[in-house]
Amino acid sequence: MKFRPIKDGRQEAAVFMRRAVVGFLLIILALVSLGMRFWYLQVSRHEEFQSRSDANRILTRPLAPARGLIYDRNGVLLAENVAAFRLEVVPEQVTDMDALLQGLSDTMGVSEDDVARFKALVKSKRSYQSVPLRLKLSEEDIALFAVNRWRFPSVDVVPYLTRYYPKGAEFGHLVGYVGRIDAADVERLDASLYAGTTHAGKTGIERSYEELLHGQPGYELVEVNADRRPLRVIDRVAPTPGKNLYLSVDTRIQEAGVAAFEARAGSSVAIDPRNGEVLAMISVPGFDPNLFVNGISQADYNALLDNPDKPLLDRALRGSYVPGSTVKPFLAAAGLELGVRKPSDTIVSTGEFFIPGQKRGYRDVRAGGHGRVDLVQSLAQSVNTYYYALALDMGIDRLSDSMAKFGFGKPTGIDLVGESDGVLPSREWKRARMNQAWYPGETVIAGIGQGFWVVTPLQLAHGVAMLAAGGVSYQPHLLRATQDGIGDSPVTMPAAPPGPAFFRNPANWDAVREGMIAVVNGPTGTARTMGNGFPFVIAGKSGTAERYSRTNDVWQHISQVAIERHQVLFEAFTPAESPRIAAIVALEAGHGGGRDAAPIVRKMMDAWLLDQPIPETRFDNVEAAKP
Amino acid sequence: MDGLFAQLRYRLPGMLRRPRFDMPLAGALLLLGMVGLMTQYSASDLDRDKAIAQGVRLLLGVILMALISRVPPSNLRNWSPWLYFGSLILLVLVALLGEGRGSDRWLDLHVVRFQPSELLKLTMPMMVAWYLNQRPLPPSWSSLGVVCVLIAIPAALIAKQPDLGTALLIVASGLFAVFLSGLAWWRIGLIFGSVLAAAPLAWHFLHEYQRNRVRMLLDPEADPLGLGWHIIQSKIAVGSGGLWGKGWHQGTQSRLEFLPEHTTDFIFSVFAEEWGLIGVLLLLSLYVFIIGRGLWIAANARDTYSRLLAGSITMVFFVYVMVNGGMITGMLPVVGVPLPLVSYGGTSAVSLLAGFGVLMSIHAHRKRVAG
Repeated sequence: MKFRPIKDGRQEAAVFMRRAVVGFLLIILALVSLGMRFWYLQVSRHEEFQSRSDANRILTRPLAPARGLIYDRNGVLLAENVAAFRLEVVPEQVTDMDALLQGLSDTMGVSEDDVARFKALVKSKRSYQSVPLRLKLSEEDIALFAVNRWRFPSVDVVPYLTRYYPKGAEFGHLVGYVGRIDAADVERLDASLYAGTTHAGKTGIERSYEELLHGQPGYELVEVNADRRPLRVIDRVAPTPGKNLYLSVDTRIQEAGVAAFEARAGSSVAIDPRNGEVLAMISVPGFDPNLFVNGISQADYNALLDNPDKPLLDRALRGSYVPGSTVKPFLAAAGLELGVRKPSDTIVSTGEFFIPGQKRGYRDVRAGGHGRVDLVQSLAQSVNTYYYALALDMGIDRLSDSMAKFGFGKPTGIDLVGESDGVLPSREWKRARMNQAWYPGETVIAGIGQGFWVVTPLQLAHGVAMLAAGGVSYQPHLLRATQDGIGDSPVTMPAAPPGPAFFRNPANWDAVREGMIAVVNGPTGTARTMGNGFPFVIAGKSGTAERYSRTNDVWQHISQVAIERHQVLFEAFTPAESPRIAAIVALEAGHGGGRDAAPIVRKMMDAWLLDQPIPETRFDNVEAAKP
Repeated sequence: MDGLFAQLRYRLPGMLRRPRFDMPLAGALLLLGMVGLMTQYSASDLDRDKAIAQGVRLLLGVILMALISRVPPSNLRNWSPWLYFGSLILLVLVALLGEGRGSDRWLDLHVVRFQPSELLKLTMPMMVAWYLNQRPLPPSWSSLGVVCVLIAIPAALIAKQPDLGTALLIVASGLFAVFLSGLAWWRIGLIFGSVLAAAPLAWHFLHEYQRNRVRMLLDPEADPLGLGWHIIQSKIAVGSGGLWGKGWHQGTQSRLEFLPEHTTDFIFSVFAEEWGLIGVLLLLSLYVFIIGRGLWIAANARDTYSRLLAGSITMVFFVYVMVNGGMITGMLPVVGVPLPLVSYGGTSAVSLLAGFGVLMSIHAHRKRVAG
């Protein structure tokens, strides 16, 4: 054992005592030197610091930058700043706040919402800072206040810039709106940049490009008197306005689409398949974003919330639609690529399909069946049996893997906040979600886009654009260019590299396209009249999905009224030989995709046509589409 | 551990009813807390909510102090290594998944968010005292080496967060324990010499903002709108206070917001502006009294562990005052150390009062005078 010196408690206590005394003396010494430092500052140099303190009357006041403007691709204004006036109060100068608010309320009307917001703001600011009470005063309000001004010495009318959306509800979801900065925004935003800013983007483009739109604040050095009243501006660093944004959307397509919906609930998205630029993004019904800018009234807000069609829901981004037959071109493509089918393979449709060894039948649309059909006809007539068999031959794993490549079941990653995932059924999804095994019957109905499968309109549009681009995926996006200030040349955003191509064999793509052309142009197509008189060949596919399960009580109840039973979709692209626009329309109620949704797509394509060079003679591919 | 909880449940009511307080020390702390609240109320522009929030935090600290004052020092000694390594693990956790504004110091436990580095303000001196208590004293080079490792690991983790102020306090708490254990003067001299020699090396490892703070200390007026702003405005506040001060809530420097962080790190400037040199000297005397009383309690403690722990906690209290006071008068660099029990903020107040709880416990178990 190693020798360890014996601890001597008494000795250690004595050592500690000595050290404690030395330590205490050192501490006294240090604190005395600190005290002498205070003496030096507070007595020896008091005069000097007193005068510097008296001269210290220069405050830094933040200057909010002007928010960037938002244009569509052709320079049509979607969001601008307009001059307005607001009522501001300096709390420190008010002797009786309740009496003041009452007086103002009697004179020109101040809502309870305003008062509540005002009181919250007063708490968060210093007492000499002026706090806005009512925004966006009308001419009448200003006149009323001017007459009564002598009664309210601590209140002032102050000019400011407010956001205005000239297109209103048409772009309500897409452009979004700004609103007063609230507690949640404070967490998210950099306080140093927002010192003088009252509003921030809440939804849509206004939210996702907040950083670009906001700009850099400036400041003002202001000399104040002892009561902190500003005397003069000593120095001023101007704020840098936010960048102007040019979106890829085309107002004409958007407006034509919104009008064509005729207020029926639904959504539409159009994408340029060559680069992923979103040309239109519609959600009907919409809402007027201008209502939100200066604080929406409780009545207006309740009206929006109580509307059964949910105007505040951005259907394009967050809507859930059963894709139905619109998935058939994707499945056909996957079947060809996987080698499960050849374009010439045929199948006999008898009106009902059975999984070998099972009794339950899966129906075709036409009673008695479509007879013997190949791939092109299966698309043209939307033959369910073809896809039941195809799905079963592929199996759910290969099916959902292939569909994931088209972007189903995951967000597209568009430059907006709050996109939904949708649902792409798979064994793993069902296990994770319901903790149940996968049944073959579910594979069969997945073949016609039913069952668990749910898409967002944006997702489906992205998938169609990808098909149209020959299977190459371009990230859907809305921002096309930014501009430092009016007059500067816009800077185009760098293009993201395209994803991997879906088709390894271009002939497979040609076959699917031929089928989609036959939908619109063939004698048996489900949307035969849609392309009439259009200078380019349109390729498309309809979808009509049941909104309720046939065993559902609601279905039984309304089964007589076809329009209430179905959710209808149409997807299309044109020109078929080298697509420049791909669009989808989803309606929440309708008879059929070809009948109700296709005309909306056509009207949007008509609007798109305005900018396109019209070919002399129509490229005619109709012959090729015949069986 | 079950036994511990059972004991706690059994004893909790009694612990709260009969806290074993050293009355002179408790009285001085109470006075300090009142001065703090009063200054706080003025500095926050008479924001009652903020003053109440701070009052609640102080009350929580006092309850914790009462609880700890009932734990015998022998128990604290036995738990020391566990508590030390426990807080070290939390510190590593916070480095891996912590969150906070600007620097990663906070651990979010859903119910409470707290900084594990605050725990080390107590567990560090406990651990060093525990270790030295088992070694022959005065400590040898090898004991010193072990202590240095015990100090360096958490200090490095905290300094990396980066929280230089807390790292400094924790290093100081360990070193004070070593000093009080009787480390030979020639060894102290040798260590100081080599630290001074290594200073240029340390400069290399400082963050740019920390370097700027040192630079600005040497010549604050060179950049009056940038980094020097804090120090200049603080000196103006202190200097313009004069001998008698401007009076409560009359300090223009803080009310006009020339003083940055006037409720936290620069609260002393507000106090000096409003109460003048007289107020400052009275406040410093109060601190001296608390430190003296703390050392007296340490000297009368029963064993070496208690002595070293109480002495170290007390002397760290001095470091707070000195670093903060030095900062606001432009004597020392701007390091984020609060003025104890006066600055706004819960964690430092609670951990300080917990430390005084340990002192109270040691006082209650002091050696009995034979007779």
